[in-house]
Amino acid sequence: MRSPPPPPRLTLDALLPGEFGIVDALDGEGPIVQRLRDLGLVPGTPVQVLRRAPLGDPTEYELRGYRLCLRETEARRVLVRRQPVARALSTESAA
Amino acid sequence: MSEAVLRLGLVGSPNSGKTTLFNALTGLRAKVGNYPGVTVERREGEAKLEGRRVVMVDLPGTYSLTPVSKDEAVVTRLLAGELAGVPQPHALVAVADACSIERSLLLVAQVLALGLPCCLVLTMIDELAARGGVLDLRRLERALGVPVVGVIGHRGVGIDQLRHVLSRAESWGRPPIPPPAAAEERAAWAESVLSHVLHTRPGRNRVTEAIDRVILHPVAGTLIFAVVMLTFFQLIFAWAQPAMNGLDHAVGFARGWLHGVMPAGVAVDFLVDGVLGGVGSVIVFLPQIVLLFGLLYVLDDLGYMARAAFVIDRVMGAIGLEGRSFVSLLSSYACAVPGIMATRTIPSERDRLVTILVSPLMTCSARLPVYALLIGAFVPARRVLGPLGLQGLVLLGLYLLGSVSALIVAALLKSSFFRGQGLPFYMELPPYRVPTLRLMLTQVWGSARAFLRRAGTIILGVSLVLWALLHFPQVPAPAGLGPSEAARFTLEHSTAGRIGHAIEPAIAPLGFDWKIGVGLVASLAAREVIVSTLGQIYAASSQDDTASLRQAIRNDVRPGTAEPVFTPATVASLLVFFVFALQCMSTLAVMRRETNSLRWPAFAFGYLLALGYGASYVTHQVVTALWS
Repeated sequence: MRSPPPPPRLTLDALLPGEFGIVDALDGEGPIVQRLRDLGLVPGTPVQVLRRAPLGDPTEYELRGYRLCLRETEARRVLVRRQPVARALSTESAA
Repeated sequence: MSEAVLRLGLVGSPNSGKTTLFNALTGLRAKVGNYPGVTVERREGEAKLEGRRVVMVDLPGTYSLTPVSKDEAVVTRLLAGELAGVPQPHALVAVADACSIERSLLLVAQVLALGLPCCLVLTMIDELAARGGVLDLRRLERALGVPVVGVIGHRGVGIDQLRHVLSRAESWGRPPIPPPAAAEERAAWAESVLSHVLHTRPGRNRVTEAIDRVILHPVAGTLIFAVVMLTFFQLIFAWAQPAMNGLDHAVGFARGWLHGVMPAGVAVDFLVDGVLGGVGSVIVFLPQIVLLFGLLYVLDDLGYMARAAFVIDRVMGAIGLEGRSFVSLLSSYACAVPGIMATRTIPSERDRLVTILVSPLMTCSARLPVYALLIGAFVPARRVLGPLGLQGLVLLGLYLLGSVSALIVAALLKSSFFRGQGLPFYMELPPYRVPTLRLMLTQVWGSARAFLRRAGTIILGVSLVLWALLHFPQVPAPAGLGPSEAARFTLEHSTAGRIGHAIEPAIAPLGFDWKIGVGLVASLAAREVIVSTLGQIYAASSQDDTASLRQAIRNDVRPGTAEPVFTPATVASLLVFFVFALQCMSTLAVMRRETNSLRWPAFAFGYLLALGYGASYVTHQVVTALWS
């Protein structure tokens, strides 16, 4: 019996402007991943993609009450679950 | 602890309002220096808190106490008291923007876990309220176990209460259980604290969002970026002109007046040529400096600079740098000194060093008088394309040559000595804020004062030394020479004349004679000094305002021939030399301070001199070949 193929990996850079995601995990270790964690990208954190820069990179995200710009290379280290807008909004209101 | 002066460390992320708070508490009287072995700025200031003397230590902004670079490790080591020569603070003040408390609490957790007495200051509580956020400060205080104070830093709200709290650091509570260390547990801890105190999350900042829809729009945003940059250059070229002309006339008037009221002789020469001629040629740039710095500060305080960095990051990424490098290079068009200081916002040490090393290639305002003199004297004022004149095009070409070279050198450095990327790129886009007039005036006044101090010390000093070198020893001219030949003879036999002759063999391949040589030696202090130097040299034979200096260098011929000293090849070569060479003591000094080493300023000086010499030589050869 063949095991089912692993679900396609979704990373933060693949989300489109306007979409919401929830951080699942960070890919790998090292200073880059550690800094992403320091910036608040820890599992469970809701993130919204706001916009891409005019030349396509970097991208502006909103998370934890502030706005952060990341390049594609760094955003690719953040594994996310895509979140329907309605669910995301409900997690965004009061804790 | 009560005997010694209380030392309080301010810890917070960039954009947390930490520096505004530091300024509000210390009244802008900061002592600025460097921490040993790194390029991190050290800022300390004294504050009087309810009669008690306290030293505030403004620690570099950081997102985490787990360092990922040598520079960031400074904060961690300082807090642990492991930094040689820097005493450990007695207590810590964690500073966090109330609106982004969901992120800031991750850093606060690390600060609390250090075990030092601690309090938390939440800044911008007015914005939190305006965005509909409800945060219970008293509950937060109970949850953390340490004092919590809410302030509006730039308006001074809450500062009195903060002073009161800070003056009693000994009686601060401690957290009952220190927060966990591991990042994910810390996040869970922050979540559980917030669930008790943050009743309503702040909504979006609607004003900022509306502005960003335009400013960061793919089309409109790019256009606005271009307009802002063009305005910037318009400011350099045109808007500062009336005030500069006014100052120029004032200096000219003062010189004429002194000539009129004082008896002719060494004293009046000294005042008119040495003091007013040297310092006056530099003071003229004050309006430009004030306007440029004013605009840079306004754009930065408004929040536009971060947007500009966001828009241009892709381009800078192509040469291995990032958007913030662009902002700092842009400042270097005014002056490399603030440009180099602006690199402090770049988290990656390598990117920072490369930006510092190429910033002298950006055409700073000190080159303008040199370019203006040479272009004004030798490039015909012809219209070429509509309103564009030939002179303007040459000037634009020099700007482009410098900027393109900066990008090429940066790309080369990043692919050789500074290969690899240690740090990720990340940047916060802060909400737009209207800068307060008072803070802006303070900042502009600070840079105007620094510029005037430079004019009054370095440039005055060099002018005076130079005046002496040009006038002594006074070898009397042999009989039978006309007055202008006699003056020239005396000049050639002065100390400066001899120095110029001594270096002539080295600079002859570039097409420079001994007089330009004297100017180059003098301009090692500051580029614009060459103008006043040539002014003093030619003052021997003619009246010495800029217009007639233009005449004088145009008419100068090599002795015994009809061949002009300033041939087209020499002029082109000299202009190119000034595009590259790092003739600026202030830049070298600030490089030394910012990199905390002698190696990098020496490297920058060396590579730029080699580049300047090589490019000048090639230019001289090419133009000579083309012209004949």
